[in-house]
Amino acid sequence: MKKELKLMKGNEAIGEAAIRAGADAYFGYPITPQSEILEYLMAEKPHERTGMVVLQAESEVAAINMVYGGAACGRKIITSSSSPGISLKQEGLSYIAGSELPCLVVNVVRGGPGLGTIQPSQSDYFQACKGGGHGDYRLIVLAPSSVQEMYDFVKLGFDLAFKYRNPAMILTDGALGQMMEKVWLEEQQPRMNEFPEWATTGKKPGKERTVVTSLDLDSAMQEKFNQKLQEKYRELEAKEVRYEAIDCDDAEYLLVAYGTSSRICQKSVQLAREKGIKLGLLRPITLYPFPKKEIGEMCGRLKGILSVEMSAGQMVEDVRLSVDGKVKVDHFGRMGGIIPSAEEIVNALEQKIIGG
Amino acid sequence: MSEEIIIAGFGGQGVLTMGEILANSGIMEDKEVSWMPSYGPEMRGGTANVNVIISDERISSPILNTFDTAIILNQQSMDKFEEAVKPGGMLIYDGNGITRHPERRDINIYRVDAAAEAAKMENKRVFNMIVLGGYLKVKPLVKMENVVKGLKESLPERHHAMLPINEEAIKRGLEIVQTVHEVEK
Repeated sequence: MKKELKLMKGNEAIGEAAIRAGADAYFGYPITPQSEILEYLMAEKPHERTGMVVLQAESEVAAINMVYGGAACGRKIITSSSSPGISLKQEGLSYIAGSELPCLVVNVVRGGPGLGTIQPSQSDYFQACKGGGHGDYRLIVLAPSSVQEMYDFVKLGFDLAFKYRNPAMILTDGALGQMMEKVWLEEQQPRMNEFPEWATTGKKPGKERTVVTSLDLDSAMQEKFNQKLQEKYRELEAKEVRYEAIDCDDAEYLLVAYGTSSRICQKSVQLAREKGIKLGLLRPITLYPFPKKEIGEMCGRLKGILSVEMSAGQMVEDVRLSVDGKVKVDHFGRMGGIIPSAEEIVNALEQKIIGG
Repeated sequence: MSEEIIIAGFGGQGVLTMGEILANSGIMEDKEVSWMPSYGPEMRGGTANVNVIISDERISSPILNTFDTAIILNQQSMDKFEEAVKPGGMLIYDGNGITRHPERRDINIYRVDAAAEAAKMENKRVFNMIVLGGYLKVKPLVKMENVVKGLKESLPERHHAMLPINEEAIKRGLEIVQTVHEVEK
């Protein structure tokens, strides 16, 4: 099959990508602004295309525990929700990370806290990157900024999750979920028919039984396990950082933004350069692992950095840690589902960084 | 080439579909496209609008505050978006239900009475295609054959019997669009 080009919503692209990546199952529960993922999958009848199971669970808690079960069997499992629903999934995510199982979770973020608003927001960065559930664990967090990346990062998310036996998350928002852009679709990938040795696929004669658990009552053993997890995270930080640098070569000032805000910031860079301000944009693609070293290396040539997020300022903490006080860093953002304009961002840069 | 468009009117007028057809037509011509709807509780029975960008280059922000073109289909949208047209840009509207006509003199203004024409065609569902025809007459951004392809791509297969009447509606739009005001060049 040749590569296909289609106009798709971000949410639909995620559904189609899951089928084409050879996912074994999707378990989820509807919530705006991501219900199209479940709707698209139901309409596509992937059980007829690849045998993939799509199931609307009775709740988000049930869905994430179905993911846990499927992942323990070595299967490629995806779930999706939006902020309040992702909060409900946190216990399950901690268990999955604690059991070293791969899975893919999509958070199409809406404004919070609480039920908040259905409009787009980026206020779940802390929850995604700093551990929303309990215990010393991390998620691999990918931040798409186009519908094409919504599609591409499903496969990437599964690949990284399986490579590191760790849950991965696509952290996106209602704007990217609802908008349409053109998407190149890859060929159908077959579902796996061989499973990793850690998977619970039934005890074979002569083979020790496989146990999947996040429980170890022996503290020494539990500490050893935690150290192993930490080694995995150090490896992720060394090998898997992804980012895009736009107009950074001669930049005196830098915007750092991901997802929807990074799209607005691209326009801000154009506007600022028309005014003679040498502005660049660094767009983290992996939010965890964060491009800490890359920002740190760049900051010697910079006069200031503005972190732009649709939140009260969460990623800005990682930007500050990256530059370690060497250059001025400030935050600009809108909340409650409001997307800042490109002009507003340039004004904020002029006031908070250039003039401030 | 980059054309930044807002289409705004009531939910049910086919605002989002018109945007989708434009975006799909753009894809047929190897352009970059984005389609960003307003979404939320205001869509249910209220106003609907969509930002469409068709460009030769990678599209930065899909969400805009000013536009090269505003396609306005009700009074609320006129009140909200007349000011958002860039100087020298274009506003095209359907006169049906408009009590305050556009007043700016630094933009090009066109009128396409699509609701009345759709009534003549005895098919109010082709209203949006008449508007689209009017727009394409003024800005032949995409070739007509690609609009027809875009239409086919956007319309679910069960409605493909409706393709000829939609094409006919686009042609009507091309014929009936009137110039209200043009900026001196």
